Amino acid sequence: MSRVVILGAGISGHTVARYLNKWIGRQHEIVVVSPNAKWNWIPSNIWVGVGQMAEKDVTFDLAELYGKTHVDFRQAKAVSIHPEGNTGSAQPFVTVEYTNPAKAGVQENISYDFLVNATGPKLNFGATEGLGPEHGHTVSVCTASHAQEANHKLQASIDAMRRGELQTIVIGTGHGMCTCQGAAFEYIYNVDHTLREAGVRDKARLIWISNEYELGDFGMGGVHIKRGGYITNGKTFAESLMVERGIEWITRAHVKKVEAGKIHYETMDGTFHELAFDFSMLIPPFAGVGLKAFNKTGEDITSQMFAPNGFMKVDADYTQRPYLEWSARDWPKTYQTPSFRNIFAVGIAFAPPHLISKPMQSANGTPINPTAPRTGMPSAAMAKAVAMSIRDMLNGADKPTHTASMAEMGAACVASTGSHIFKGTAATMTVFPVVPDYEKYPEFGRDIDLTFGEIGLAGHWMKYLLHHAFIYQAKLRPGWSLIPD
Amino acid sequence: MGNITNREPYQQAYYPPAPTGFTRFMRTCLLWQLYRFVVINLKMLKLITKSHH
Repeated sequence: MSRVVILGAGISGHTVARYLNKWIGRQHEIVVVSPNAKWNWIPSNIWVGVGQMAEKDVTFDLAELYGKTHVDFRQAKAVSIHPEGNTGSAQPFVTVEYTNPAKAGVQENISYDFLVNATGPKLNFGATEGLGPEHGHTVSVCTASHAQEANHKLQASIDAMRRGELQTIVIGTGHGMCTCQGAAFEYIYNVDHTLREAGVRDKARLIWISNEYELGDFGMGGVHIKRGGYITNGKTFAESLMVERGIEWITRAHVKKVEAGKIHYETMDGTFHELAFDFSMLIPPFAGVGLKAFNKTGEDITSQMFAPNGFMKVDADYTQRPYLEWSARDWPKTYQTPSFRNIFAVGIAFAPPHLISKPMQSANGTPINPTAPRTGMPSAAMAKAVAMSIRDMLNGADKPTHTASMAEMGAACVASTGSHIFKGTAATMTVFPVVPDYEKYPEFGRDIDLTFGEIGLAGHWMKYLLHHAFIYQAKLRPGWSLIPD
Repeated sequence: MGNITNREPYQQAYYPPAPTGFTRFMRTCLLWQLYRFVVINLKMLKLITKSHH
């Protein structure tokens, strides 16, 4: 019997766990280590952040679910990886520290035959002074509890507007190197919708602030779509959405500091600006969770296994090259680490070889460019591929058998407003592939038939369907594996 | 403040396309949206199928 240890139980970690449980749960041991007691369908946090849903609608208890499976769940955070074991044993292991109240702070070594790093991001609010709900002046929708708090503050702002006060609401990214613009993009439309429903939209100035070079970049270098007899850029699509709803925008911006009621930001031209606000939701930059790695003799090998930003190196081509020499082939396929055939990293935890958007700097040398997104559909696709590879390697394969390159897979983003089945609308956007491949698609880097954007009720139904389907799937309800990832 | 007789030109909102009434109607027209729902689902399924190797 072998043991597979999965670090993290988010979308990617849980996807690996549920497939391995289905395929090898009876023959092998599966251990999931996560510091969080609950699984969270993160895309629907947006609806929590405007009061359309409660925290309980987007989360469920992991211990309870895994208790019904062959998965051994440990509520703990991973501290270090020892891929060669230690001086006493050659068996690789991870050191974890429990976070559940009963064993809080207790450390344990868990040995493994295969390890999957699916730890997701550290929400690096500390990168921008005054950012974030805990030590700063802005709110977040990155976790369900953050989103709940965001809604409380939004409702207070709405109450102020009902009293006749004018409010400035700023939503976007809180640093020049943030990713996940899509979440903020969806949130601003939901806030707009909520203000209209409350009858106070005329009392609010709604402003989008982002590190994107142009609107609609989303960290993917933008997209081209067929629309109205033209192949046009996603910039047109995104700007049209903002104009229709009376939203202003500031792009090419690096938020440097947030004070109570005031955002300080720098723009690409090197100038510095201030923006007063009453309510602000800014996405933080992401970093690796800070895992360390040690060899057999206890020597620190963190820099060998992890990139400087804390994400784990996998089978990507990390050679530094100018932007024009980047290639779709640089992106990882199997997510296996180069030094250890039994370690994989999926979801946000793997280190991308480079950005997808073109790297940019302000006139002062400050990097202002969205980093590569790898949440949602891509994280589930790479997790399933890794689960299949581990299953096959346990059955004798000498190398990973399945691939899931972001240069060969698509992604969908549905930015929906409201949760009413007839009143909501949504902007549906898909791209294929996520990382442009100019060798395969010379003109636009993507398949124009599978890269599209559309606004309407149909997208809203999609979002509603995805919410229920993916929670159903994550809860391992009957027939869950028939639902596509 | 007196009556506004002109607008500040070439502001941010001047350039992007704004949807016509017909476009806005079609976005919530149940029959059309049911058809689009089927089309989007088929496109998504094709995208998912092409994404797994």
